[in-house]
Amino acid sequence: MTPEPQSHVPISLKVNGELVTAELPVRLNLVDFLRGDLGLTGTHIGCEHGICGACTVLVDGRLTRGCLMLAVQANSTNVETIEGADASGRLMVLQHAFHRSNAIQCGFCTPAMLLSAAELLRVNPRPTRDEIRDWISGNLCRCTGYQAIVDAIIEAAA
Amino acid sequence: MTRVFPDLVGAEVPRDRAKRLLAGRGCFVEDISPPRTVHVAFVRSPYPHARIREIVSGAAATAVGVIQVLTASDLEYVVAPWRATHDRFPEMRAPEQIALASDVVRYQGEPIVAVIGTTRTLAEDACELVEIEWEELPQIGDVAAALSPGAPRVHETLDDNLFFETSIASGDAEVALAEADLVVERTFRFHRHTGVSLETRGILADYDPTEQRLTVHQSHQTPHQQQDLYARLLDLPEHKVRVICPDVGGAFGLKHHLYADELVACAAAVLLGRPVKYIADRFESFQSDIHCRDHEVHARMGFTSAGEITGLVIEDRFHAGAYGQYPRSSVAEGNQIIRLTGAPYRLGAYRADLKMAFLNRGILGHIRAVGHPIAATVGEALIDLGARELRSDPIELRRLNYLKDADFPLTSAGGVVFEKLSFDACLNAALSKVDVASFRNEQSELKARGVFRGIGFNTFVELTAIGPEYYGEGGQHISAQETCLLRMEASGQVRAYVGTTDQGQGIDTGIQQVVAAGLGIPLDDVEVISGDSVLSPMGGGSWGSRGAALGGETAWNASQKLRSNLLAMAGFLLQKEPGELDVHEGRVTNPSTGATHMSVSEIARTGHFRPYTFPDDLPTDLTVTARYASRGRLFLAGNGIQVSIVDVDLATGLVQPIRHLVVHDCGRILNPLLVREQIRGGVVQGIGSALYEELYYSEHGGLLTGSLADYLVPMAPEMPDIEVAHVETLTKTSELGAKGAGEAGLAGAVGAILNAVNDALVPTGAILTEVPLSPPRILKAIEKARRP
Amino acid sequence: MKAPDFGYVRPSTLAECLATLNEYGDEAQVLAGGQSLMPLMNFRLAKPGILVDIGGLPELATTRWETDHVVIGALTTHDTIATSDTIREQIPLLSDAAPHVAHVAIRSRGTIGGSIALADPAAEWPACCLALSAEIELASLRGGRRVPADEFFLGLYSTDRQADELVTGIRFPMLDDRRAHTFDEVSRRRGDFAIAGLALSCDLVGPKFKDIRVALLGVGDRPVLARGAMSVLEDAEPSDATTETAIEALSAELRPPDDPMYPPDYRRQVACVLLRRALNKLMG
Ligand SMILES: Cc1cc2nc3c(=O)[nH]c(=O)nc-3n(C[C@H](O)[C@H](O)[C@H](O)COP(=O)(O)OP(=O)(O)OC[C@H]3O[C@@H](n4cnc5c(N)ncnc54)[C@H](O)[C@@H]3O)c2cc1C
Ligand code: FES
Ligand code: FES
Repeated sequence: MTPEPQSHVPISLKVNGELVTAELPVRLNLVDFLRGDLGLTGTHIGCEHGICGACTVLVDGRLTRGCLMLAVQANSTNVETIEGADASGRLMVLQHAFHRSNAIQCGFCTPAMLLSAAELLRVNPRPTRDEIRDWISGNLCRCTGYQAIVDAIIEAAA
Repeated sequence: MTRVFPDLVGAEVPRDRAKRLLAGRGCFVEDISPPRTVHVAFVRSPYPHARIREIVSGAAATAVGVIQVLTASDLEYVVAPWRATHDRFPEMRAPEQIALASDVVRYQGEPIVAVIGTTRTLAEDACELVEIEWEELPQIGDVAAALSPGAPRVHETLDDNLFFETSIASGDAEVALAEADLVVERTFRFHRHTGVSLETRGILADYDPTEQRLTVHQSHQTPHQQQDLYARLLDLPEHKVRVICPDVGGAFGLKHHLYADELVACAAAVLLGRPVKYIADRFESFQSDIHCRDHEVHARMGFTSAGEITGLVIEDRFHAGAYGQYPRSSVAEGNQIIRLTGAPYRLGAYRADLKMAFLNRGILGHIRAVGHPIAATVGEALIDLGARELRSDPIELRRLNYLKDADFPLTSAGGVVFEKLSFDACLNAALSKVDVASFRNEQSELKARGVFRGIGFNTFVELTAIGPEYYGEGGQHISAQETCLLRMEASGQVRAYVGTTDQGQGIDTGIQQVVAAGLGIPLDDVEVISGDSVLSPMGGGSWGSRGAALGGETAWNASQKLRSNLLAMAGFLLQKEPGELDVHEGRVTNPSTGATHMSVSEIARTGHFRPYTFPDDLPTDLTVTARYASRGRLFLAGNGIQVSIVDVDLATGLVQPIRHLVVHDCGRILNPLLVREQIRGGVVQGIGSALYEELYYSEHGGLLTGSLADYLVPMAPEMPDIEVAHVETLTKTSELGAKGAGEAGLAGAVGAILNAVNDALVPTGAILTEVPLSPPRILKAIEKARRP
Repeated sequence: MKAPDFGYVRPSTLAECLATLNEYGDEAQVLAGGQSLMPLMNFRLAKPGILVDIGGLPELATTRWETDHVVIGALTTHDTIATSDTIREQIPLLSDAAPHVAHVAIRSRGTIGGSIALADPAAEWPACCLALSAEIELASLRGGRRVPADEFFLGLYSTDRQADELVTGIRFPMLDDRRAHTFDEVSRRRGDFAIAGLALSCDLVGPKFKDIRVALLGVGDRPVLARGAMSVLEDAEPSDATTETAIEALSAELRPPDDPMYPPDYRRQVACVLLRRALNKLMG
């Protein structure tokens, strides 16, 4: 008995704490679902092949490329995006530090950068500059010199 | 007497707009989706040069979700063709361009068919159903081949592949070189790269046929320029065309041109009468965004035995790609190189030749620091080589030849007016931070342990704030004049509408500071509104580091106008002379005692609601405009120096930057916090140019680096911390005295890294003159030096 | 770019999964972490007819300890390997290689089974498998089999896995204390696929290299075992002369691909540098 291939699949998941149910075309990827279907446009798309990191969100608490995961694979998971993380207030210290240090220019990389930084501080509350640079090695920022970002994360960790 | 500005000008104020972006509340073009939006995907040329025999698109037209399939013939009566002319260079060739290729494609990625679908996904599905019958044509991929006699032509209508040539001469450089005691000579190669803004190009065009109204949201730097272009090319009344640039995710020059695909989106909106969205994917970006650099510069510099430069001769071989970019044309990078090479020095005699070809490659254009990194790298590498041959200290050789304070103002050998530059001051500031003697000790100790460390210096001139004479005389509809409109509301709070735009550089904040300082009201009482061709007064947007110098000055002028009205009104209400009053922190005060007479909001309320209070002849306008355009100069020149320290792994050829310093002079700094990270961002892009970024093509002309996995941009781990210091030489051509700062980082970093690598490689005898300094190139150079 | 359409199957048992692969054969493609397959689909370079998502088979994400082997389940993520203390104790080569695999947000989903099945010549895990004499465990309706890594990687993105087979795990011999190892690679940027990398494992008993395995990544159309260099080193005493001879042998046996960015000579040279560094490290 082989399961019948599906073109649409019903899913139900939590996005930023809210229950979401949808029946989705299987080829839709997670970031397109979040942005297009749920209007969570704080998560960005910069490459669709895993390099730039702009689409990074948390799936079950783990940093995940939204462009490299099918939305239907997010069935039964907990997804957190910048909108949820912002509303919860858990990014506040980082956001202030980014603002003060001007660790942001165009802001396109910023939501994913903040989520990555917050995750780093969770697993490593006192990172060195090198550890920070290493951790964000998958987050392209084309505008800043990265230095202000590193400064801001150090400041937030202090 | 120099004016003393309120402290707010020059204060480290974080950007207001950043808060929104930090909360994920940014609004980029792709985030905007009005009802009935449809999406475009393109069938693009896989070949660099081919004839289109037939396009079969029937299956695509009837595919699921497809609204319409457009080819060149569908657009014939909708979109006019264009030519990238520039009247300052009448001999430059400008073949006609059209939105969708009809018979011949001349670069890979050229759009041919536009499929409009209900979703981007379905439009892409349908693109795969379009069949094109091709006849491949011989492709021309390098300048030498293009310019050799009998070469196949990129444009059949032209008799050869020459795009443009020009020269500059000052004195007889050949004689100067012949008489020199030493001539250093090298050919430099700068490979091709591109801008890679993190947000790709994107546009949302909506058309209402009942009012002939085109509304465009576009990820772009220059809304007014686009408004003019769309009106003319689509034959619409200009006042019915509105271009809004919402949040823009990085631009770096690649978003201040017209792109065929974006114009097609507008045309499709006109045809369909509904919103049409086009967002370039990364693959399309690499193929169709403007590219830059790709120069070969042959250079000779002559010295006396005492080290004085006697002359410099350079020849730049360059190209435009398949067409000139529109509307600015593609000559600027070459022109900046011939203007700027050797610019920091007393050159004796100078001659520079520029020759540009057409190639079957994507269009080359203006990306951040146009020409600057090349000019600085060539000049500074030659100085280092001269120092080596002369066995003199490269720093002293620079000092000896720098233009001195007493030389200013002058018109440089390259023909640019230098009002006052600060080479010695910048060098001294750099040397106060980098102790070269102890570096040399460290260097030899490290060498004993097998670590090859080098230091590189790079003096640069930065041309900013381009004046209206350049494009004005060029015949382009590009504003270099700025206008600022200030509107004081009844609360005394102010909206500032400006023609500059902000893609994260922070100029909106700089202007906010200038306006608040100029009026004497709190910073939070000013909001800057930019990036909308309806709201903003006509202006140039952002390019060529013009925000602070032009936008800032304009805002200052406007603030002084409004302030003088406020003082006149307050004077009348208080029965005092305006000279007896000051405005400070939103209050009208007594300048000597600081005592408050009344609040600005009181004046504003009176002005708006009880205008009859004032006599008719009193200037009581609470909405004022001021404009500013420079006169009689093409550029405002700034300058600086960068110092790089790198380690080179002789076994693998990998280069690791260890330390980087920038000393920069951009005149008055409106906000050091913003300028610092602006410079660092430029340095990182410069390190990218020096070490990583390169577009590779196959021998058949196919792009091999079409993704971010292959085209390497700098990421955090490999980048050093970057120290930034300032020297402030104010320009006297404006009140504020600010010059631009956007090019400096990129302008100076490339040469600093190259010189540092060559310094590290001294023990091997290798000298590199090709960037990026990829590891294989470094090992090859070492190998070549070993076996000459 | 957006992925082309496909039929989606998410089996909830291994049997269902194998039946699906059996039914669709070449038309089907397994989706594990998606960190290689999704970029290819997004660029429309991969167009699977049927996508078989194995994310519903948690049994493939477990590690099984046998008497003298460890079987790491195919769905074990790079991150799990990187942070596992037991793996660090038992197969430290994997722990040393793990940080070189991509970036944190990719390691969180990418799997060892996916990496082995894909067989990217520049990937870390295939070379580690060679160096450690691992075996690849495959399952299909026809039954299960184990293929030594030496025989599994057949060419560019090509393996001995048949279309109806699923990689279920990688079986590593448990190492005793005498076993020494080293992993190193050269890449332009942190987390990039390597220009070249080297995984080495050997016994250092007394003064000689024994059972030495030298595997390289990035220098061929597949991960390669440097048999020439290995035969020089086997039973040889560590010395500078041995190192030089081994490097000569390595240089002679490698056939790096043509690549305008990294010409063959360059990759060969980097491989030699890595071997020198590895041997120097072992010799302390
Ligand atoms: C930016 C970026 C950088 C990267 N850098 C590196 C790096 O430095 N080193 C490195 O090794 N990798 C790197 N990767 C790839 C990453 O490690 C992938 O996770 C890995 O190659 C594939 O694992 P996956 O689970 O994601 O497989 P998938 O992408 O799901 O599948 C890959 C292929 O294997 C097949 N497959 C998967 N699982 C099985 C199975 N159990 N049985 C049969 N077939 C199967 C699939 O059908 C597909 O063909 C990088 C990826 C990205 C996006
Ligand atoms: S969009 Fe997902 S990594 Fe770039
Ligand atoms: S701020 Fe523009 S990409 Fe990071």
